[in-house]
Amino acid sequence: MQKTLKIKSFFEGVSKGISTFIVSATDLLFGTLQKLIGVKRMPYFFVLPNLLIFGIFILYPVLLNFVYAFTGGPSFFPNERPFVGMANFERLFACESIFQPNTCTEDIFWRAVHNTLFFVIFQVSLMVLFALITALVLNRKIKFRGFFRSVFFYPCLLSPIVVALIWKWMLQDNGLLNGIIMGLGFTKFPFLVNAQWARFWVIIVSVWASMGFYTLILLAGLQSIPADLYEAASMDGANNWKAFTKITIPLLMPTMLVVIVLSLIRAVQVFEVTYAFTGGGPGTATLYLVQFIYNYGFSSPNKQYGVAAAASLLMAGVLIVLTLAQFAAKREESY
Amino acid sequence: MNPILEFFTRKSGRKKLSLSDLLSYLYLLMGVIFMFGPVLWVVLSSFKTPLEIAKFPPRIFPYRQQTVSLEGYEEELPLFTVTSDDGTTRQLAQIRRIGLEAQMIDPLEPNVIIKVPIDKRVPIEKISFNLENYITGASRFNFGRYLLNSVIVTLFATLLTLLVNSMAAFALSKYKFRGRQTIFLVMISTLMVPLSVVLVPIFLVVTSVGWNNNLLGIIVPVAATPTGVFLLRQYMLTIPNELMDSARIDGASEWRIYSQIILPLAKPALAVLTIFSVMWRWNDFLWPLIVISRSELFTLQVGLASFQGELNVQWNLILAMTVLTLLPITLVFALLQRHITTGIATTGLK
Repeated sequence: MQKTLKIKSFFEGVSKGISTFIVSATDLLFGTLQKLIGVKRMPYFFVLPNLLIFGIFILYPVLLNFVYAFTGGPSFFPNERPFVGMANFERLFACESIFQPNTCTEDIFWRAVHNTLFFVIFQVSLMVLFALITALVLNRKIKFRGFFRSVFFYPCLLSPIVVALIWKWMLQDNGLLNGIIMGLGFTKFPFLVNAQWARFWVIIVSVWASMGFYTLILLAGLQSIPADLYEAASMDGANNWKAFTKITIPLLMPTMLVVIVLSLIRAVQVFEVTYAFTGGGPGTATLYLVQFIYNYGFSSPNKQYGVAAAASLLMAGVLIVLTLAQFAAKREESY
Repeated sequence: MNPILEFFTRKSGRKKLSLSDLLSYLYLLMGVIFMFGPVLWVVLSSFKTPLEIAKFPPRIFPYRQQTVSLEGYEEELPLFTVTSDDGTTRQLAQIRRIGLEAQMIDPLEPNVIIKVPIDKRVPIEKISFNLENYITGASRFNFGRYLLNSVIVTLFATLLTLLVNSMAAFALSKYKFRGRQTIFLVMISTLMVPLSVVLVPIFLVVTSVGWNNNLLGIIVPVAATPTGVFLLRQYMLTIPNELMDSARIDGASEWRIYSQIILPLAKPALAVLTIFSVMWRWNDFLWPLIVISRSELFTLQVGLASFQGELNVQWNLILAMTVLTLLPITLVFALLQRHITTGIATTGLK
């Protein structure tokens, strides 16, 4: 005991010494800098590192994406690509009807659009519904709340590839789920071979992998509702159902909006988990927009950077609308 | 009162366990099975032998056949329970199997060979958590190397993120300078554009900097997160400016104000950003997959993906390596779960 205390205080002393050294060394350096450039220019010094990384690796690529979208040819380097105007966009929209992917030149793009739309609608509604129920249950006076909260959040910590492998193992032809189904007297289901089943499971798996996060946000929203509101309501003779519809729902609405918009944005961008889980298959059943962009830019044998960039601009447009909606929702949340 | 309506309402507060409480616990129990069951199933399966893995319907626990070593036989002999014609059972060890007949001996009388039809014998098995899959897997899956790469990437990317984001947030929240609004707006607007949408141009930039196949290529580009700047700026706005003014009167430099006053006060926000950054970087999959193609630079996630691609059917090894991959973050979470869940709940950003 004595010894561990000594070791602990030794390490505390060392780390304190190191941090004092860093602080005074950097202070000497940047204090001198301040004298050279003047206090007025110091803010620029503070934003500079972030701005540099941001500018080179985020802003510049975003601008480059426009160059790719309006140029053609197979070259990866923008200066070797001829300007083609709107041709890439025209190619994407070359359809008899956009509701029938078969009639389009880029039929896979429209399949991806349809798949994404289907995925977004069902995934977001399922996820918000279950996140809400879970948050409401966790907000009751229950034992082991911390434990349950952690269990629901745990899958959010897992990487896409781990999530994909876990569920592949569950759903494979000789997997646990088919074992249980056989035990109940039914025949096996071709979960990952049949297109409809694959679409279904992609939704379930992505709900599994991200629901806990939204549950936490909704739970925080519920807990910020003042308890005396409920007391006052019950004194006025309101029953539980009334309290739920007249207090909980309206006061939770701003948080709900944020959750819906956030999950919409993330659902439109679905890629990593499905890529590792189904690879877009069977066929193109679970091929979503980002994977279409990825395939055209990285993995297909005849890469079409222009078409990929045009598709990504269209998608960015959708995301911008959704994000603006998020900011509107946020503003409403803070009144 | 309708129990289902009651189930959806907030307060229970009664002493007795009501129906709605029961429903809540039932829901939570099902939730635990759904959320944690698949992970547990993978962990249990990872201890199974290839033979056991292929078995259908699967058994929950990993079993292993009991063996016995007898004089005169080099290898350990598997044990079976054999039912005789008169209904009695006894334990026999199998020497070899010829067609539908097995040659067996009683371990107590090793000299007499008994011939038994194979359908009369049942293997004797015991639950056993055998590490074979982990050992074989680790010889082909460079776990130590990948873990080291993952730790390096997560650690340095997080440190870099904390440093550059907090410096930028400090400037954007505590100073008035020309271009401040523009910088802030441009950063916020790129919150909308996910990395995955501009993959090709980012890859072009990283390649021309020469950072493909370099850990720097997965550390630096993602460090200037607009989310982090936004989160820290909002927090720093709540720190009173008077503190800075009095420090200036005492002759402190702007850097000293940042490092000695603002950073310590912004600890809660920094902690939340640390949690996010560690989660993001540890689980990054797509970006490292594109940037890194040399296997000695693989992170755990990319390593696992390529391991899976190499041995598509050897599930016993894949499962063992999956468990190894999810183990570190699970341990960290188990230790810090309260801080992590409350931290995320209070900011609501991802």
